[in-house]
Amino acid sequence: MDLRFNDEEIAFRDEVRAFFNKNLPENIRRKMVEGKKVGKDDIVTWQRILNKKGWAVPHWAKEWGGTGWSAVKQYIFLDEMQQAPAPPPLQFGVYMVGPVIIAFGSEAQKKRFLPRIANIDDWWCQGFSEPGSGSDLASLKTSAKRVGDHYVVNGQKTWTTLAQYADWIFCLVRTNSEAKKQEGISFLLIDMKSPGVTVRPIQTIDGSREVNEVFFDDVKVPVENLIGEENKGWDYAKFLLGNERFGIARVGLSKERIRRLKELAALERVGEKPMIEDERFRSKITAVEVELKALEMTQLRVVAAHRNGSNKPDPASSILKIKGSEIQQTISELLFEVVGPYGLPYQPAQIDGDRVNEPPIGPDYAAPLAPTFFNWRKISIYGGSNEIQKNIIAKAILGL
Amino acid sequence: MDFELSEEQRLLKESVGRLLADRYGFEQRTAYMKEPGGFSRALWKQYAELGLLALPFAETDGGLGGNPVDVMIVMEAFGSALVLEPYFATVVLAGGVLRHAGSDKQRAEIVPKIAGGSLLLALAHSERQSRYDLADVAMTAKKDGAGYVLDGAKGIVLHGDSADKLIVSARVAGKQRDRDGIGLFLIDAKAPGVSIRGYQTVDGLHAAEIALSGVKVGPDGILGEPGKALPVIERAVDEAMAALCAEAVGAMTVMHEVTIDYLKTRKQFGVPIGNFQVLQHAAADMLIATEQARSMALLAAMMAGENNAVERHKSIAAAKIQIGRSGRFVGKTATQLHGGIGMTMEYKVGHYFKRAVAIDILFGDADHHLAALTRMGGLLAA
Repeated sequence: MDLRFNDEEIAFRDEVRAFFNKNLPENIRRKMVEGKKVGKDDIVTWQRILNKKGWAVPHWAKEWGGTGWSAVKQYIFLDEMQQAPAPPPLQFGVYMVGPVIIAFGSEAQKKRFLPRIANIDDWWCQGFSEPGSGSDLASLKTSAKRVGDHYVVNGQKTWTTLAQYADWIFCLVRTNSEAKKQEGISFLLIDMKSPGVTVRPIQTIDGSREVNEVFFDDVKVPVENLIGEENKGWDYAKFLLGNERFGIARVGLSKERIRRLKELAALERVGEKPMIEDERFRSKITAVEVELKALEMTQLRVVAAHRNGSNKPDPASSILKIKGSEIQQTISELLFEVVGPYGLPYQPAQIDGDRVNEPPIGPDYAAPLAPTFFNWRKISIYGGSNEIQKNIIAKAILGL
Repeated sequence: MDFELSEEQRLLKESVGRLLADRYGFEQRTAYMKEPGGFSRALWKQYAELGLLALPFAETDGGLGGNPVDVMIVMEAFGSALVLEPYFATVVLAGGVLRHAGSDKQRAEIVPKIAGGSLLLALAHSERQSRYDLADVAMTAKKDGAGYVLDGAKGIVLHGDSADKLIVSARVAGKQRDRDGIGLFLIDAKAPGVSIRGYQTVDGLHAAEIALSGVKVGPDGILGEPGKALPVIERAVDEAMAALCAEAVGAMTVMHEVTIDYLKTRKQFGVPIGNFQVLQHAAADMLIATEQARSMALLAAMMAGENNAVERHKSIAAAKIQIGRSGRFVGKTATQLHGGIGMTMEYKVGHYFKRAVAIDILFGDADHHLAALTRMGGLLAA
């Protein structure tokens, strides 16, 4: 047993780090460090830099652009990218629908969609949740009726992240209302430009517009856009949701945020001293560092367990999701606490990194901290809430 | 990066596991507790035969040259059986000080006796006032010809009531909490001027308060360079804390398993209580706490051999924090989920809980190490 990275892994880490240092555009990096809004253009720019290097979709099968890296190297790559800090790749493409298409899609679908996902020529969004179907996802009602060589889709999706930019949406739709609820669901790819698709933004408590409602009103979808078999969509969805195991804990991102926290705590003063020297506050940082170190080791154990390339969903992902979300939320709360009362001024214009034209109120780093704290409450809700993760642990690991 | 055990380590784990499965049932353990010193001399012999008592010592001294991962394997198994024998006190803790401070001659004389099971060693370091400060030593060692004379008192000496020999720390120079000026001395537990008051600790193990009055130590009994002992003590304590982390993980794992079994078998309102979501989530939280602790015990084992004292200590302190918090949480939750039966002395879960809490306290509880780690700047550079 040797838990340290070996020489090859260290050389790889250094190579990745050097590439990120050299190629991540400074204006994007600054926005990430400052917690400002990273827009569509930033995400596309960065994804194309990665794609040019051949690193857009490291975890995919080699014939579709994967790198063939070991599980450990994939982990190092993500960890370094989060620490850079670079914008995360648009997960709906490279981590969600991409792997589903590779595993269950037709050859024609692979050829048509995969290269465009890797280069982010298509912006994908996810159509799973509905107003009446959150944690009980399988109760979804959006229907797809087969008519000749196409489906006619009617219904509504919600919490659709960044749908305002999307070219395509992958949807779970009901194709059989007679069957058991899990057995009447299909996985359908829908062109957002299809007649009958309407996107309506939802403003979240932090004031941002990340999520949307998407309405389908007699939308015609060619049958060739069905993934795999009709009524097998629930299996593909479970594959998709259980597939995230290298990035879900976001250890690298939390490391980067703790560094930022220490940096800002050195700038703020409490009485005579910088806040970073306040014992009570510092010990809160240390406590979260310890939690994060434990999470990192747990993450590495999960990575090591999958070094032989197993693609099975791992219920240990639920542990990573729960601890990872708790840690991120704690850090966001400490960052908010750093600026004290200057967390209060609400300055949405200061958060949009591209259009700042008036001086900030208070310290120039304060504006994004409160909105991020409120926004990050989502982390323990999306992708299966932490309570659902505990249900999964109880059932799949503990046999209760 | 590699989390796999070697073939030898797998065999070690299997053989320890087999022995404990045979000889360490809950009732057997209760019987061992009533023997002199509160443990089984017969099992001690078995550990010697298996090579466990020789494990961490160098081959040239009569040991097996095992590394901290080997010790972790044994300690985790011991934690899962709640072993009473003074393995931690003799082999890991006092043995660690001996390994790092003893001369070739001293090691050659003592290690084979420990390895063979004929000699029990204890470390008499902490004192009534020292709490968790390893530099706080009031006991004095005054030069006396080629040797020293020791005076003062030591407290919570683990298994000090059974030890044949004691490694005693005492101040040869400086003030009570100075880092410099501490020496280490090897004395017979029966030497004139040594008085030992043994007792049981809350976890069912044993310790002693030991008073020394004019105890003479010859030149053969001086361990290492008098006055320079603290870094050696710190290193041995770091290694010992890593071992305790593993023991705690063994205990937590059992508490969790026993609780899950109970949830599946105990029926109320006509169904197994594990059907209730509120209990399922508590059980999931126990698993998370146990796995986070296991991760940190692995880190501690890996870092126990690290030569950079600051990095070693930071990582092991972090592990001790996690272990302390997880151990208390798992113990409290296991007791709660069992309801009344978990409160009884005749049921095993409470005994694991008590050991987990004792492990949190030994060498500094979670709050102590959190404050210390904070003073050291935390884990991540700004």
